[in-house]
Amino acid sequence: MPELGKYAFAVLASYGAGLALLGAVVALVVWRFRRAKAALIAAEARLAARAAQGHHGQANGGRA
Amino acid sequence: MSIWEYANPKKFIETAGRILPVLLPLAMGFLLIGLVWGFFFTPEDYKQGATVKIMFLHVPAAMMAINAWGMMLVASLIWIIRRHHVSALAARAAAPVGLTFTLIALVTGALWGQPMWGTWWEWDPRLTSFLILLLFYLGYIALWQAVENPDTAADLTGLLCVVGSVFALLSRYAVKFWNQGLHQDSTILKVGEKDPLDPAYYWPLIFCLIGIVLLFLALVLIGTVTEIRLRRLAVIEARERQEA
Repeated sequence: MPELGKYAFAVLASYGAGLALLGAVVALVVWRFRRAKAALIAAEARLAARAAQGHHGQANGGRA
Repeated sequence: MSIWEYANPKKFIETAGRILPVLLPLAMGFLLIGLVWGFFFTPEDYKQGATVKIMFLHVPAAMMAINAWGMMLVASLIWIIRRHHVSALAARAAAPVGLTFTLIALVTGALWGQPMWGTWWEWDPRLTSFLILLLFYLGYIALWQAVENPDTAADLTGLLCVVGSVFALLSRYAVKFWNQGLHQDSTILKVGEKDPLDPAYYWPLIFCLIGIVLLFLALVLIGTVTEIRLRRLAVIEARERQEA
């Protein structure tokens, strides 16, 4: 640990706040990325299931 | 190959997927080396003592706070002129990152200013223009969320971005324009001039600057992919609501 003397609070608080804010924005961006990816995969699966159901219905002359 | 190929969302996501595994570790590596070097292995400044170590966070954050707005301006202009959705979404993705850098610059600046200037805050041209830039970031993000139609939101935020660019420019050149106030001018490129940046601080600062630029690019790429996916999700959900 470097000798910070009377400026220890200013330097450590700057690094603490700066790194905390950097960490927060990285975490937020990654969290939104994962959440959007999962939600889109689920939605596209629903879309594919409905499309398959529609094809199945047509193949059965609309009776399915 | 044309740059406009990347306006295709599928192509953009594929390319981002190839770039990010390299870009993100590179950004973290540069930033980590720069910060560790700057914090642990640089001497005290003859005037500012140990507070000079704040520079390794403050200067890169301040630089990217302004440059992020510049990138948003370019992306917004591409949207306004060529109507490429990906560019509008890239501008949207850059805003929270730019806002964070502006906050870091203001907070570390206040913590640095208190022991050096004897005050946390002064209505100095650079500080004031940075505060206004922060408000523009908040307004920009709020406007995207307030307007329901995404194309209208992109148009309005694009215009806001053009107006806010005046303050982004002022933030950069306020010290030169008014040559008054407490904040000093940049010294990083003043090699050979009076009172330049000491060579002991130069390389760790360069590492931090490169790291923060790469981190910004990585976060904007991730954010843009997220926005593209959320746009597609909104389309699917709208179709589901219509069919229900």
